[in-house]
Amino acid sequence: MYQYDSYDQSMVDARVAEFRGQVERRLAGDLTEDQFKPLRLKNGLYLQLHAYMLRVAVPYGTLNSRQMRMLGDIADKYDRGYGHFTTRQNIQYNWIKLEDAPDILADLASVEMHAIQTSGNCIRNTTSDQFAGAAADELVDPRPYAELLRQWSTFHPEFDYLPRKFKIAIIGSETDRAAMKLHDIGIQLVKNDAGEIGCRFYVGGGMGRTPMIAPVIGDFVSPLQMVSYAEACLRVYNRYGRRDNKYKARIKILVHEIGADEYRRQVEEEFAHILTLGLEPPAAELERIKGFFEQPGFDANASDELDLSDPDFALWVDQNVHAHKQPGYAIVNISLKPVGGIPGDATADQIRLMADLALAHSFDELRVTHAQNIVLPHVKKADLYGLWQKLDEAGLAAANLDLIGDIIACPGLDYCALANARSIPVAQKISNRFADLGRQRELGELKLKISGCINACGHHHAGHIGILGVDRKGVENYQLLLGGCEGADTSLGTITGPGFNEDGIVDAVEKATDVYLAQRAEGERFVDTYRRIGMAPFKEAIYAKEPANG
Amino acid sequence: MKIITGSDLRTGDVIWWTGEGWSRHVNDAVEAGEHTEAIIARENAKQIVTDTQVIEATVTDDGVRPAHIKDRIRALGPTVRLDLSLKPADPAAGNWVI
Amino acid sequence: MVEQNLRYRSDEPVSDPAVTVDAFADQNNATAVRIEPGDDARALLPHLDRIALVEVNFPAYTDGRGYSAARILREHGYAGELRAVGDVLLDQLSHMRRCGFDSFAPNQAISSEAADKAFATWPDVYQKTVDGRPAIWAKRHPA
Repeated sequence: MYQYDSYDQSMVDARVAEFRGQVERRLAGDLTEDQFKPLRLKNGLYLQLHAYMLRVAVPYGTLNSRQMRMLGDIADKYDRGYGHFTTRQNIQYNWIKLEDAPDILADLASVEMHAIQTSGNCIRNTTSDQFAGAAADELVDPRPYAELLRQWSTFHPEFDYLPRKFKIAIIGSETDRAAMKLHDIGIQLVKNDAGEIGCRFYVGGGMGRTPMIAPVIGDFVSPLQMVSYAEACLRVYNRYGRRDNKYKARIKILVHEIGADEYRRQVEEEFAHILTLGLEPPAAELERIKGFFEQPGFDANASDELDLSDPDFALWVDQNVHAHKQPGYAIVNISLKPVGGIPGDATADQIRLMADLALAHSFDELRVTHAQNIVLPHVKKADLYGLWQKLDEAGLAAANLDLIGDIIACPGLDYCALANARSIPVAQKISNRFADLGRQRELGELKLKISGCINACGHHHAGHIGILGVDRKGVENYQLLLGGCEGADTSLGTITGPGFNEDGIVDAVEKATDVYLAQRAEGERFVDTYRRIGMAPFKEAIYAKEPANG
Repeated sequence: MKIITGSDLRTGDVIWWTGEGWSRHVNDAVEAGEHTEAIIARENAKQIVTDTQVIEATVTDDGVRPAHIKDRIRALGPTVRLDLSLKPADPAAGNWVI
Repeated sequence: MVEQNLRYRSDEPVSDPAVTVDAFADQNNATAVRIEPGDDARALLPHLDRIALVEVNFPAYTDGRGYSAARILREHGYAGELRAVGDVLLDQLSHMRRCGFDSFAPNQAISSEAADKAFATWPDVYQKTVDGRPAIWAKRHPA
């Protein structure tokens, strides 16, 4: 994976020094809270319900064991022994003291990490495919391009005060594992008939209050003009994105209001101008970065044979282990969704254990997924059983990847100052209701996503089953959505009807799964059945009146 | 009644105006009276509290109870981690929030 | 109140009052113009050779349109004074300089020592802009 050179290191070091100064000025009263707030947010420091919260960037979700171990150590040293992995492939700490924040950033910088631009109206951490460099269906490894974007977007002087936050995802496989079309910019690396690589720019997608699927704006941009094209997309947005209403300020509204064709015309005009300025890093820089992402030294003689005589292990392999492009190797998904657990939370000990396992079994690499799980991308099949035993001992062997127990949930009103309702207790109740793994497997792939407010950090629009918590006159209320999906067949969920209380929403989810089980055709996932039969049968079951007694 | 809450500037801890200073326990909160703006301006200027706000609350048998669920969760701690809340020994503490 | 102006140019300051972008097109003798956030900086491009001062107003520092306006003017060869005025704060100076501003008239005074420190925040930069600083990628791959 990428390693900092002295330039990269000096940039994060400078940031630590800058932030230390800003914190000192705040504590001395030289900065008001209004002036300080955007500065701390640009370093990922929020003031949440119980304390400051620090969001640490995990660039395109990639970590080495030293970095992962540091994340565990920070949880112990500065927080309360745990961290929360997020849908932006980042990690958040919930109990941070302002006066400690500069020291935490310094500790992060010592392992080539930072919290730069993890909040604020700027370009956020670029996300990517958690299987990058390992997936069997990969066309182009997106990581070098993601790193190029990381550097370009870091402290970009023109785009630090955009109308609203800006999220970029980049993938290089047919299968979209990064919800790419639901980003402000989604880039898919593709190949044309001549075998040349191009960047397909999808611009103007997003979730939040007004979910939209991004249209294609640039069909085939040369990778050696990718930064210039992104610059053009951003400049048009910075100049013309709405600033009169924060709920209409995301780029999706601009693209929607002026239309994809007009937006494309403006971007192309700006792009032609920008190409004359020589802003693009040279091919040699892309090559330099690619050098960090060469294949690890795989054992060419590694065996594909696997002893599946332990039934629990066999279940886990079937559910959580994904095909690797290298024979004899596999991609391991570590679910952070134990039955009744808090989705995405991991203790400091668990974090350090995963670091150790990555060092021993995965060429020192880990990934954070947008589904709030951890991936060990390059594990020898012969190591799987021993690895699974260690995960199992640590409560990290839930065999529920992409099943109904693998719930995405934002922190919700238990932690978040923006939330309207709690997300985690709902996730826990659903997880407990469907605790039986056989039942989960019977339901098959079923992505359930919960947000505690309309900002949609829990991606509820993209859940096969989505849940949105709202505040109804001071009481938590939960709306049910069906039919959302991310990936190549991205679709947005539709609200079933009136909302439910906490227990009611769990019952409603169960009724929806009953409809699916009764109506599904051979090979259909929940979302496929929904698309075929529509909302009506689900609605009928969910809102059916209980028969009166007697 | 109206009470004043905020966050400790240095630690981020949730704190409540007691009439003389700040407490981490909502039961120490007092009716803020008519001079809330003056209190907030004065306390903010000392660089000890931030994000101050005046909220509604009632006095019940259990003590001071903020009117809004968000403020009750602030007062207690995360309901999903009662071990980290202000009432770690009370497994039913979460019910107070609802 | 003495209007503060941090200025990083060696030529004589322009004393003409800045007119609006709309008015500027009709006033052939005007040499100073003021851009508001909603104005299109490109409207000035046909007149760059008679402009000596462009003020870019920041009514709120959170409105970043002025950064694009400044860069566009510099990218098209504008060499006169480019002044950021209004809600211009210490922590934004460095980025403003990178976008081509070479003078600053902040609502709240900023000491020139503090400004110098702000300009020195970043030992290097990742992007090529209009300030002449070589991007890190250029240093990694000298021509």
